[in-house]
Amino acid sequence: MEITKTLDAKGLACPMPIVKTKKAIDDVASGEILEVQATDSGAKSDLAAWTKSSGHELVDTKEEDGVYTFYVKKG
Amino acid sequence: MAEKKKTNIILFSGEYDKAMAAYIIANGAAAYDHDVTIFHTFWGLNALRKDEKLRPQKSFMEKMFGKMMPRGAKNLPLSKMNFAGMGPKMIKSVMKKHNAMPVEDLIDMAKEQDVTLLACTMTMDLLGIKQEELIDGLEYGGVAAYIAEGEDGAVNLFI
Repeated sequence: MEITKTLDAKGLACPMPIVKTKKAIDDVASGEILEVQATDSGAKSDLAAWTKSSGHELVDTKEEDGVYTFYVKKG
Repeated sequence: MAEKKKTNIILFSGEYDKAMAAYIIANGAAAYDHDVTIFHTFWGLNALRKDEKLRPQKSFMEKMFGKMMPRGAKNLPLSKMNFAGMGPKMIKSVMKKHNAMPVEDLIDMAKEQDVTLLACTMTMDLLGIKQEELIDGLEYGGVAAYIAEGEDGAVNLFI
């Protein structure tokens, strides 16, 4: 998987991970992958809901040492 | 993409925690690509007041209201456990620890995301709040302005 851009949203609380993700997705082209790293435990369901509703695709997620990583493919 | 959905929030309350909830939802909705409007009426107007003391021309009653109401988001009390001002201090220190944004920053973020901040002119008149006492970048209107946005809102909240 080729990552076009990485967003570090670690340490940020709600609603910042989603606000920053929205800004970051505007910087990548359709079909490209945005990687988002967050530590807010709400980000897991937030990111999933947001990608679904805004027409993007959550390709993969992982969790390591309290850091959630999301791979969002721009729709 | 299809036409944008709308989120409309009426901020009636003048407490820090309630303003925080309103502005977090507004910022979240803006990130969802909604057209977002926050309609500030009654005590909710206090979140928009400038911090500094201004002396516009006012009647006695208006002056009294102006003195008794908090000036700006930073100075709002809590709706619960205010403890004569200790509560807000406590919650702000906890917020710092958890990296939660203060309401004044959430307001800036909302503006940055093109959230429409609407101030109710009728209650501004009642409470004697003048436009120059409120922060920049606001729109002014009444119930019709709110309904125009609210009638096709996907999310409508009264806080």
